[in-house]
Amino acid sequence: MRALCWEAPAKVGVHTVPDPTLLDSRDAIVKVTSTAICGSDLHLYDGYVPSVEPGDVLGHEFMGEVVELGSEVTNLRVGDRVVVPFPIACGQCRSCKRGLTSICENSNPNAGLAEKIMGHSPCGIFGYSHMTGGYAGGQAEYVRVPFADVGPLPVPDDMTDEQVLFLTDILPTGYMGADLCGIEPGDVVAVWGAGPVGYFAIQSAYLLGASKVIAIDRIPERLKLVEKLGAHAVDYEQTTVLEELRELTGGRGPDHCIEAVGMEAHTDITAIHVYDKAKQLTKSQTERPQAVREAVLSVANGGTVSITGVYGGFMDKFPIGSVMNRSVTIKAGQCHVHRYLRPLLEHIRRGDIDTTSVISHRLPLEEAPKGYDLFKKKKDGCTKVVLTPGG
Amino acid sequence: MQNPERTTDRLVRALGVASAGLGVPMLVRTDAVARFAGVDDDAGAPLVIQAVGARELVHAALLLLGPHRTVWTRVAGDAMDLAVLGRALADRKGERRARATAATAAVAAITAADVWVASRTLREQHGRGRPGPLQLHASVTVQQEPQEVYRFWRDFENLPTFMLHLRSVTEHGDGRSRWEANAPLRRSVSWDAELTGDEPGRRISWKSLPGSRVANAGTVHFAPAPGDRGTEVKVVLHYDVPGGRAGRLVAKLLGEEPEQQVRDDLRRFKQVMETGRVVRSDGLPSGADARHQVAQRPAQPVKSERASNHR
Repeated sequence: MRALCWEAPAKVGVHTVPDPTLLDSRDAIVKVTSTAICGSDLHLYDGYVPSVEPGDVLGHEFMGEVVELGSEVTNLRVGDRVVVPFPIACGQCRSCKRGLTSICENSNPNAGLAEKIMGHSPCGIFGYSHMTGGYAGGQAEYVRVPFADVGPLPVPDDMTDEQVLFLTDILPTGYMGADLCGIEPGDVVAVWGAGPVGYFAIQSAYLLGASKVIAIDRIPERLKLVEKLGAHAVDYEQTTVLEELRELTGGRGPDHCIEAVGMEAHTDITAIHVYDKAKQLTKSQTERPQAVREAVLSVANGGTVSITGVYGGFMDKFPIGSVMNRSVTIKAGQCHVHRYLRPLLEHIRRGDIDTTSVISHRLPLEEAPKGYDLFKKKKDGCTKVVLTPGG
Repeated sequence: MQNPERTTDRLVRALGVASAGLGVPMLVRTDAVARFAGVDDDAGAPLVIQAVGARELVHAALLLLGPHRTVWTRVAGDAMDLAVLGRALADRKGERRARATAATAAVAAITAADVWVASRTLREQHGRGRPGPLQLHASVTVQQEPQEVYRFWRDFENLPTFMLHLRSVTEHGDGRSRWEANAPLRRSVSWDAELTGDEPGRRISWKSLPGSRVANAGTVHFAPAPGDRGTEVKVVLHYDVPGGRAGRLVAKLLGEEPEQQVRDDLRRFKQVMETGRVVRSDGLPSGADARHQVAQRPAQPVKSERASNHR
């Protein structure tokens, strides 16, 4: 089959690789009909996530048709059209039973590797480094889906791929970012990063009752998109974010801050950017964490900072004094996609959430490397790339 | 529990810091060091002192960043320093001789410390074939009743499903069993063991019979986790690592990081108890046994771009 493989930092290629096979009686093989490039794939693309090896198949946002099933998967049938959550979850450990599927205790066979960096291991993830299991990803014609009796959700035939594809990651990730804030009516929410996750975090914040949402980014296409959602767009290259947020909130600061940027933040404060970039390149910190720093310093006293952007290891110059002295709550997590699937599918069906406007590019899988380049450099108005295998 | 290797680690790192502390003045205050050592009358001395200073910085880097046994480079350096100081002592008199003597005494003291720490590294374990007793332990919490967890483990024939190095265990029915483990080059090594303790739902102990090639003993404890959250499983393994070839065999069996291997074994045990299987990633060779876990990797591009095989 054809698949998108990581080759070296900033270099990916579509190659012919062996077809996946059923390795376990709880597996399914899914023929991918649509897959997307995630912002977090760019962290792998750029080589900032440890333990990605040349040849690894990337991709964790994918959906398709079930073509093969292990004998123990009784809730699916061959031919079912399914969306597949990016976290792999066994459904039987204590974390899964509590609905915290992205910290499944059994699905990462390389947990020992992750423990060395993080203390304990998160779940296994499709196409997301060997530290999270070494599972082949979904930017391919076929994928093996482990624990297929737990993850994949059949979707109604009258909904298009583009309507439901983002249930696999970015929609529930954005939703959880807002959900973790505990938004109450009247709250002002600021979202760092108006990329696809930020886009969904903004819609979710409104759904959950926020009175005002402020989005911070610098890419004009993104800012235009979120303005259509009713958000107040702030271009951080044109202003000082902290001051602007103070002005927009009567000096209080936003009640909740959602960070949807992650480890490769840009900042208009050159000295800080150079400092972070130099430390990142010399591997003396794995992150460029300016967005999370700003979120902490901006949030109102007693507010929440919810981190959905991906971080890999360690950061410097974290304003812990601001967190401690001002009763700031920090919440974070890879999204527990499974628990949000059905309610969000309903929201899409009812038209509460717009899932398709964010897509700017539709490419055949063979042109995936071009898609990475466009998305990475935000060229050609790129906000989100959807790939179609065999297209 | 007191871990002697932790102490060795701190001593080695401390010597690394001391190396830097000695090396830097030698490089930046060479003249003062020459006066201190009573060799300020020798035109060649500054060069020698600077060379020694540079070497000390190499020691510092090795000891701070490298494996513990690099501390032996310090012992070798000490020998060189003592030889140089010995020559300096021979042709000095008066005040300078007194200072050179004091410097030599200081280096001798440092040498003693270095030798002591270096000798500790010989006794280190880490399964690298160093003879002596080796104790490993690891814990995991499993979402099952203690009785269930006990029952699975008590059937020793189940152990190879999650223990990386075991190939098979055959129970003879009288509390005795034969254990076969993977040895290098696809060979195997086996030994006989007997049950030494059995408290249903609480504890199982076993011990290899005298004369076994791999002398070992193990205990696994089962206890209910607080708040009815499953069973805490705690494993303690003892190996008696012999010297020579037999020792290397045991070392190979235990891997580079034995403690990590036991933790990984327990993680697979949890997978089996909770999901009924060892969880497998893509690109595995056939066979469900734990051995193949280390070889796993995702699909890789094939060299010749051949067509898909069956769809």
